[in-house]
Amino acid sequence: MKEIVVISGKGGTGKTSIVASLAALAEHAVLADCDVDAADLHLLLTPKIEQTEDFYGGRCYHIENENCAQCGFCEEVCRFDAVIEHNGYGDNHSFSIDPIACESCGVCYYFCPDSAIVMDKSRTGELFTSRMRYGPMVHARLGIAEENSGKLVALVRKRAREVADRDNAEYIIIDGPPGVGCPVISSITGADVVLIVTEPTISGLSDLKRVAELTGHFGIKTGVCINKSDLNLDVSQQISDYCSESDIAILGRIGYNEEFTGALVRGEIVLEIASEDLAAKINSLWENLNQLTPVN
Amino acid sequence: MRIAIASGKGGTGKTTVAVNLASLMSETNSGLYYVDCDVEEPNGHLFLNPEVTAKRPLFLPKPSINEELCDGCGECKVICQYNALALIGEKVLVFPELCHSCGGCTLACTRDAITEVPHEIGSIFEGKAGELMYAGGELKIGIPSAVPLIKEVKSMVPNMDDAILDAPAGTSCPVIETVRGADYVLLVTEPTPFGLNDLKIAVETVRLLGLPFGVVINRAGMRDEKTNGYCEEEGIKILSEIPNDRKAAEVYSRGQMLYTGIPGFRKYFKELFLKLTAEIESLTEKSTVI
Repeated sequence: MKEIVVISGKGGTGKTSIVASLAALAEHAVLADCDVDAADLHLLLTPKIEQTEDFYGGRCYHIENENCAQCGFCEEVCRFDAVIEHNGYGDNHSFSIDPIACESCGVCYYFCPDSAIVMDKSRTGELFTSRMRYGPMVHARLGIAEENSGKLVALVRKRAREVADRDNAEYIIIDGPPGVGCPVISSITGADVVLIVTEPTISGLSDLKRVAELTGHFGIKTGVCINKSDLNLDVSQQISDYCSESDIAILGRIGYNEEFTGALVRGEIVLEIASEDLAAKINSLWENLNQLTPVN
Repeated sequence: MRIAIASGKGGTGKTTVAVNLASLMSETNSGLYYVDCDVEEPNGHLFLNPEVTAKRPLFLPKPSINEELCDGCGECKVICQYNALALIGEKVLVFPELCHSCGGCTLACTRDAITEVPHEIGSIFEGKAGELMYAGGELKIGIPSAVPLIKEVKSMVPNMDDAILDAPAGTSCPVIETVRGADYVLLVTEPTPFGLNDLKIAVETVRLLGLPFGVVINRAGMRDEKTNGYCEEEGIKILSEIPNDRKAAEVYSRGQMLYTGIPGFRKYFKELFLKLTAEIESLTEKSTVI
């Protein structure tokens, strides 16, 4: 079984449209959407949800005022400025925890001399195991302004592997999040290959370099697809040069194409409505991606 | 006044709106800051080409174990919520990338075997692009949390100064940190099902934080009217609609400004600037009444 993660660093390069098209081409694949705080793949693939699980990712804490001696130790030890002091009349003041600033480290909870801080475990997201027209799909929804997206990503990948084992699937194809931070790291660590979808803009190139450095850091075999490749031929060439210097294979080049946006606006998979030429390019991307072998 | 530019979905034109707006506003507002809070994938400098006047690394304290004092009791591991400490036999291993520098392990250790040592997590940049002040950061590759670096980048702006803050994509911790304390949030979207889905999540997020906000529709005219309909139903103000134009994509690809690079585009950003100013003025009036 081969686990392929598609990322882009920069948003809006066409990553999700390409993932949906690859899902249509791959037989025996499990699809996973690891962009858990802005998941979009389900809009194209309209999966039928078969199982929903609650995700308890975050811990929050609150101060029980009747037990609190107002010593202020929690405020002193909190490094995230999440303990707020409320001044009342005279010496009468109280403390509360700002759930948005809180990073759930639990230091206040563990060290409160009066055990006045209570831990609440709350449901911060949902995990879905579904079926769409090309096979099984695992996706999730992180609650609004909730943290721990990296943990939810890890859970999506774990569930996708279980489904793949159960079905003897050949591939797991993962739609990854933007950036280079914790949800991306959680999406790619231990994966077989990474496909970076980039675009020939100076931002695209800059973001490609950083995300390729990240896959290099974790020693993951990486290939690149240049989408909108004729938008700027100079930058397109700079991407090719960078990739050859960095020993990264270019697996596909797809021209600037309004078919991508058109399909998106209608909620269609670009491969399903693509011209012969565009379909051939996506096909060859998939073929080349298959040739990419993981680092042992 | 702090204006944060966010989007939910990536690639909708946050940086485009932020750099064009900041640059246009700096024509009349000298001392305005452009703050690049997307420290994972910073791009603003590619358009603004600031002259960097200062660069410094940011360090966070991470635990270091004195093996002679450590008796392997494991109290530090118990308290760590981030799995940054592991106990192998009686030896404590530290994974500094996972550590959030909360200091819990140091407090928990009964034998004073833990000291905190500085660990580089990224760099901070300061500079100037014409009349526009620039602040930004770059997260070191392999470091998971951008939040401490974003906090530091935001702190570069003097308290009373006006700033445009360019947020990263998504709606999770780095975005929350960027928009926290902003006076107004501009949500940049595109009229596609993805853009709308992620706009709705972004709207819920800024509403939860209680921040006033408005919407900019970028690449308008892609025959999808649902975004306008949604904003109307929800009573959300659309401050500008920037048309879909391959020329804009090309100018952007070269790192040029849209408002100077494409004839006729200046008016969209001027309109945005004027409406934004009016919005903020009406908010200030309301708060004075209260």
